[in-house]
Amino acid sequence: MKKLLTLISLVLILSIVLSGCVSQASPTPAPQEPGGAVTETAEPGGQGRQQVEVFSWWTGGGEAAGLEAMIKVFQAEYPDIEFINAAVAGGAGTNARAVLATRLQANDPPDSWQGHAGQELIGTYVAANQLEPLNFLYEEEGWLEVMPETLIPLISQDGNIYSVPVNIHRANVVWYNPAILEENGITMPTTLEDWFASMEDLKNAGVETPLAMGEQWTAMHLMETILLASMGEANYSGLWTGEFDWASPEVTTALEHFATALSYTNSDATSLTWQDAAQLVVNGDAAYNVMGDWAEGYFRELDKTPNVDYGWAPVPGSDGVFQFLSDSFVLPVGAPNRDGAIAWLKIAGSQAGQDAFNPVKGSIPARNDADRSLYGEYLLSAMDDWASDIVAGSLTHGVVANDSWKTEIDTALGLFLQSRDVAAFQSALVAACASSGPCQ
Amino acid sequence: MTRGRFQTRYLLYIPMVLAALFYLLPLYIMLVTGFKSFSEVSLATMWELPSGLYLDNFIEAFRALAPYLANSVRMVVPAAIISSIIGSINGYALAKWKFPGADIIFPAMLFGMFIPYQSILIPLVEFMKDINIFGVSLYGTVPGLIVTHVIYGIPFTTLTFRNYYATIPRELLEAGRMDGANIFGIYRSIILPISIPAFVVVLIWQFTSAWNDFLFAVVLTNPQAWPVTVALNNMAGSQIIAWNVQMAGSFLAALPTLLVYIFLGNYFLRGLMAGALKG
Amino acid sequence: MRVNREKVISFLLVLPSIAAVGIFIYAFILWSVRVSLSQWKGLLPDYTFVGLANYIGLFNDPRFQIDIRNQAIFTVLFMIGCLIVGLALAILLDQNLKGESFFRSVYLFPMAISYIVTGVVWRWLMNPAQGSRLSGLNLLFDQMGLDFLVNRWHTTPYWGIAFIALPAVWQMSGYIMALYLSGLRSIPQELREAARVDGANEIQIYRHIILPMISPVTLSAIIILGHISLKVFDLILAVAGKQLQLDVPAIYMWQTTFDGYFFGRGAAIGILLLISVAVLVIPYLRWNLKTEESL
Repeated sequence: MKKLLTLISLVLILSIVLSGCVSQASPTPAPQEPGGAVTETAEPGGQGRQQVEVFSWWTGGGEAAGLEAMIKVFQAEYPDIEFINAAVAGGAGTNARAVLATRLQANDPPDSWQGHAGQELIGTYVAANQLEPLNFLYEEEGWLEVMPETLIPLISQDGNIYSVPVNIHRANVVWYNPAILEENGITMPTTLEDWFASMEDLKNAGVETPLAMGEQWTAMHLMETILLASMGEANYSGLWTGEFDWASPEVTTALEHFATALSYTNSDATSLTWQDAAQLVVNGDAAYNVMGDWAEGYFRELDKTPNVDYGWAPVPGSDGVFQFLSDSFVLPVGAPNRDGAIAWLKIAGSQAGQDAFNPVKGSIPARNDADRSLYGEYLLSAMDDWASDIVAGSLTHGVVANDSWKTEIDTALGLFLQSRDVAAFQSALVAACASSGPCQ
Repeated sequence: MTRGRFQTRYLLYIPMVLAALFYLLPLYIMLVTGFKSFSEVSLATMWELPSGLYLDNFIEAFRALAPYLANSVRMVVPAAIISSIIGSINGYALAKWKFPGADIIFPAMLFGMFIPYQSILIPLVEFMKDINIFGVSLYGTVPGLIVTHVIYGIPFTTLTFRNYYATIPRELLEAGRMDGANIFGIYRSIILPISIPAFVVVLIWQFTSAWNDFLFAVVLTNPQAWPVTVALNNMAGSQIIAWNVQMAGSFLAALPTLLVYIFLGNYFLRGLMAGALKG
Repeated sequence: MRVNREKVISFLLVLPSIAAVGIFIYAFILWSVRVSLSQWKGLLPDYTFVGLANYIGLFNDPRFQIDIRNQAIFTVLFMIGCLIVGLALAILLDQNLKGESFFRSVYLFPMAISYIVTGVVWRWLMNPAQGSRLSGLNLLFDQMGLDFLVNRWHTTPYWGIAFIALPAVWQMSGYIMALYLSGLRSIPQELREAARVDGANEIQIYRHIILPMISPVTLSAIIILGHISLKVFDLILAVAGKQLQLDVPAIYMWQTTFDGYFFGRGAAIGILLLISVAVLVIPYLRWNLKTEESL
């Protein structure tokens, strides 16, 4: 037992020494390749240096890199304010949201946080009176002139604007493998019927997976694009405002289209991340994949060439409609460093900030005065579409439905994926709208 | 006859080796991936050995995780030690000096082991925000996490020690009493020296559970105080995940507890066999 | 009088723990109960009393019904798997073969590693892709000529959750083995010798003497495994993410609370989990105390 005691004391001493050494040396900022979350700790004994703590779940890859780029712009503009990057990964944001929820409950908000513009922010945080309106900032910075008109109502409530959108992503995009389509004599279809017919042809020609899909949330993503494509923008948007009835036959048809699409997906979908599913297309294992245009950034990271290894088109039936989502930052009520937060928001909404963030992240700026030379082929086409198309909001990414409603839809979707019972699904959706949405 | 037994006994190695392979499988994948260069990593090649020992992954992972590994150590060691001591004292009191109600207090304490921690996150955070101990805020810091793990470790440590001490015969304590020792004296001179196996079991268990905890860590700490579990989780991020670095990081994060089990595992078993975890 | 004074000291020694447990466990549970009886939805606390509405809602909730089914399948397989594997390994190790401590360490070490670390590895191992995209254990089986073992793992409809028991057993069976081994080793050699002298072979000795003597271990193991299985959460999320077919109450609780902000419903699930554990544990504790008193 003496040996054991010696061992224990050694471990103890070692750990104390280790921790002593490490806490004296200032922790090195982690490397900025994919994987490092930069944390700049406050210098001990600083003279009350201004800080801003920004909370997000951008901890890796293009998102983290984009954030880094924007932070650099921020530091250049405001060298006296220290930026604290409080990012928490995992669970597609659930971990971060859990932390955020506990902090808000305990009245300890960060100075700003990242959220999806739209009902995700409004339905949750504004409803709980936790966000400050930003109209004053929009006027000061002249943002109303440079952000699309159709966007502003979607991020406001009762005339108050609640977030600063940094980027715009498009949700209703089909990525396809040009080689597979060409081999089978298919030109990218423009209607749902043609699209499904092409999938049938592909299946008969031996293509294992006409439509690649991943885990449950990508099914929701697929669903929202098909709802839009099948019902058209007016009815689709009406669903979310309570003007269009979820029980109507148009919805039934749309859900049946969704079921048809599902029948052409891979059987191991639930075990694939969205990256895995998208990769099936560029690897030649699948013909189509419906995913937001962050997939484009992923393809480029895989060193694939646009229009050679992959092509893109609006989800058949939704050409002319830009189903969008937007990452944005907010100003919480009671932010500990309100000035720092406002400084951050100014950068987030500035041309310099957005042009630093977006090319790296793989999205287009919310502002319409971007420096076009910084953007690649796909992004330029997206910018043109954004400027000319009708705008509709994404469900999966928090624009049109608040979190409670979306969670109920998600449960209904999960059950549908197992049962493929359209009628049951539709009535569950009707119930969800009544319980958490504007329906009566 | 010896010859027959010799052969049959050796047959027993077959299931043991197969079982060992099963247990080592994930470790193999982790290490093999950790040593690969980024281009070699893919689902299709996951079983293949790396072309060379690519140590950069480990270096990069270590650089990214080092401050958080230190946080974990700073948090886990005091938490394990303090909760073991508290458990020992509680176990001693509840097993050998039963005050009225001790037999109700004990199960009541034990019950705390079973709550789903997700359900108490919100009151926990609120409570931690309101408390300051000697000017050190409990929320967001390593001491806060230490206190949390100590408190939620009380049921388990108390259970272990109480059951262990329950097997100590009364006569031993009576002997001490007759020598004039009081409740503290008996603890110091009789109970403590023979508690080592129980301490080992409890220390190891608490070390592991505090080290591997993610839930409390993620809601109760600020970035400076993150233990390695949170940092590791963040390393993954999204888009393209550098699995080779991620696996190297995972291995590094698991290393301390692995070492504890490899080197102290035998003591753990001896502690169990000495009755530390009976029933 | 000395005795009384010492009982007071004893109580005082335990008092801080009682206070801590009182707050951090019971007070918080009470808060949770209160929330579960309320209609709190969204970030603004709303403690309006609605009686058992949340609980009734859960029993009619198709998702919760799936949760219960999944939980049952998982728990049974997990428990049986750990008990059988743990006991088998313990018996093997009990044979005093050379290299025992090496094998012991190997069987025990998975306990040391968390699911944040191994979750991804298991996801790779249990990759369900077939045909040209074979990977993971499927690939291994295929290459070893064991095609019949290639399957869809956790994407299997209905029974997918059963496969989640595999990594769970991987992690916990070592601990159960340790429990059984300590139980086996505490059986005096004389008993075995006596039986051998009477002509019993090894198998009979195990069946009639040893196994019955370690049944208390089985009981503890069941309790421990039962409560761990009710809390399983990290593992499933790490391996499969959020999928309804692999949903269990703990995940539903997490998701409904922090994704949907249905605090009332989430708290109700939490309390139901707690009650399930209590049903398992309380009778056991009472039995434990009774047997101690009779000693």
